[in-house]
Amino acid sequence: MPNEPSAERGPWSLALRRFFRNRLAVAFLGVFVLIVLFVLAAPLWAEHVAETGPNEEHIVEQITVDGEKLDVVSVEGKPIGPQWFAADGKFFLGADGRLGRDEMVRLMYGGRISLLVAISAALISTMLAVVLGLLAGYFRGWTDTVIARVLDAIWSLPVFLIALSIGVALATGGFKLGPLELSGGSLIIPIGIISIFTVPYIARPIRGQVLALSEKEFVEAAVAQGAGPLRVMFGEILPNLASTVIVFFTLMIANAMIFEAGLSFLGAGVQPPNSSWGAMITTGVELLKVQPLLAILPGAMIMLTVLSLNIIGDALRDALDPRGKQRLDAALQFEAQAGATGTQGGAALS
Amino acid sequence: MTRFIVRRLVGMVAVLFAVSVVVFVVFMVLPKQNPAQSLAGKNATPLLVENIEAEWGFDDPLPQQYLTMMEKLFTGELVQYEPRIEVDDKIIEGIPATFSLTIGAAVIWLFFGLLLGYLSAIRAGGWLDRLLTGVSIAGISIPVFLLAPVLIYLFANQLEIFPNGQYVPFSEDPWEWAKHLILPWVTLAAISIGFYSRVVRSNMLDVMNEDYVRTARAKGLGERQVMTRHVLRNSLIPVITLFGLDFGATIAGTAIITEAIYDIDGVGLYAAEAVEKFELPPIMGVALYGSFFVVFMNTLVDIAYAYLDPRVRLGESASE
Repeated sequence: MPNEPSAERGPWSLALRRFFRNRLAVAFLGVFVLIVLFVLAAPLWAEHVAETGPNEEHIVEQITVDGEKLDVVSVEGKPIGPQWFAADGKFFLGADGRLGRDEMVRLMYGGRISLLVAISAALISTMLAVVLGLLAGYFRGWTDTVIARVLDAIWSLPVFLIALSIGVALATGGFKLGPLELSGGSLIIPIGIISIFTVPYIARPIRGQVLALSEKEFVEAAVAQGAGPLRVMFGEILPNLASTVIVFFTLMIANAMIFEAGLSFLGAGVQPPNSSWGAMITTGVELLKVQPLLAILPGAMIMLTVLSLNIIGDALRDALDPRGKQRLDAALQFEAQAGATGTQGGAALS
Repeated sequence: MTRFIVRRLVGMVAVLFAVSVVVFVVFMVLPKQNPAQSLAGKNATPLLVENIEAEWGFDDPLPQQYLTMMEKLFTGELVQYEPRIEVDDKIIEGIPATFSLTIGAAVIWLFFGLLLGYLSAIRAGGWLDRLLTGVSIAGISIPVFLLAPVLIYLFANQLEIFPNGQYVPFSEDPWEWAKHLILPWVTLAAISIGFYSRVVRSNMLDVMNEDYVRTARAKGLGERQVMTRHVLRNSLIPVITLFGLDFGATIAGTAIITEAIYDIDGVGLYAAEAVEKFELPPIMGVALYGSFFVVFMNTLVDIAYAYLDPRVRLGESASE
């Protein structure tokens, strides 16, 4: 690294220091860590406090609150509201509807699936994007033409609608391709769909960076020393993409989470018995009049997670690229481009 | 220009072909369950499944099956089976509601996006500017499936100012039409207002440094005239393109979720109900017709952009 500002500290530790100087980002990093701890604690809460599982029904049961017996689900089908600690933590947030499942337990387990799907999809999407971006940017010529055209084509599509239809088709009929066989309820289906359709949002900027980087002297030097294409791409160029990849990966988790929630809300994402925050909103919306928290809580969890990730990603960009003039607008642009369930037209800006 | 248009149209046809092949493969080839069974629905009789098998020609070679699917699509013979309803009829029925929702929301988000963007650009760094920065990052983080329930709860269930959704045709009662659509409009527009104000702001700040703006000031134009006539107007070209793409994406994305939550009788609700019941023919129809519409719109926008801004098409041909 040329022009290192400090002799003792590497660029990474400097970036880390810059990140931790951003109080808003540190606060939201805290929020994100809390959310992760919250969902990781699901089995503990389920076993020791709520004493029920996420899919266990309590339709005709009663709980004791202050010596009084209360129906979990009333005769008219109204679920019990939040009990906080009145029933020793049972039905902390009430029941989730006519089936009388424990909302708190479902919220924790649902969050696990939401985060699992979002992080896996973002990981796969980022890896695919890096490989495609490297291939297109380094080899240029027809490799670049083919990859760029395919990415452009995906970009111009109504991605959410197509993902929705694919999600339903595969959830109905399962999946079979050669030795790979999946049942309709497999989590791999939403993960796969989301990762494939979000590739262009990362691959396009990475391709651009690779195009610029491969003109640099250090690449020429590596080639002159006899390094093969793989060595140059992954050994020389890839390390220089690290900061971009880290930032986009963070933003992509947020984006994948919204995508998944949209699909699952409509019923084309995570399939029962699994549930996610998005799927929980579906039940909540039906009971909006009776128990508004059931729709608002999982939605608020999604928003909190997405907001933290957006702010963390933005701060990471500032920290890793202090000279970047785009700052917040870059995160906004990315979000808008990638917002599969929202604005998609950032294309014109890049 | 003609060359540009022709190339764009060829590209469009290629993309549409690719989409239809992907849909065909995903619906007919990849699933391990018999596709006729999937098309028929959960409670279909064996006889119906057999009929569908014959109708769709699932014994034919794959290319022939693909052609059968496309023929059904283009002749409007795609039907859902329980009960037997033509898919394109239902889609056409839903179009007024869907366009009422999306066009209304688009007008709101364009108006406020431009207004707020303009205000924050002429006072860049001021309190309004900083506030809007915060609002826009919060705005893109609020998903419709949170905003909609909150709005319904507050304004329909608690305060009872607005009805909690559903659709009244404009021809029936324009007042009720608007009243029923206000919450859905706000829901759809909220995400985009923040973002558009940022785009307008940053475009305007770029344009402000152009020579012709200095010229306009030098020849003695008032600040307001410089800002509206010269700066705002020139920063609108990218916004128009952006808008074209966003409009398509909204129709085929957020609008589906919004219609489902507010119970608006549009194409999106039709698709959402089909998803809920795992009815494949309507989903196939909405996905393909929807893609055709959006890709077509995007191509039109591209062509319009090239027409408005010659640098685009010149740049394109120079790079080849």
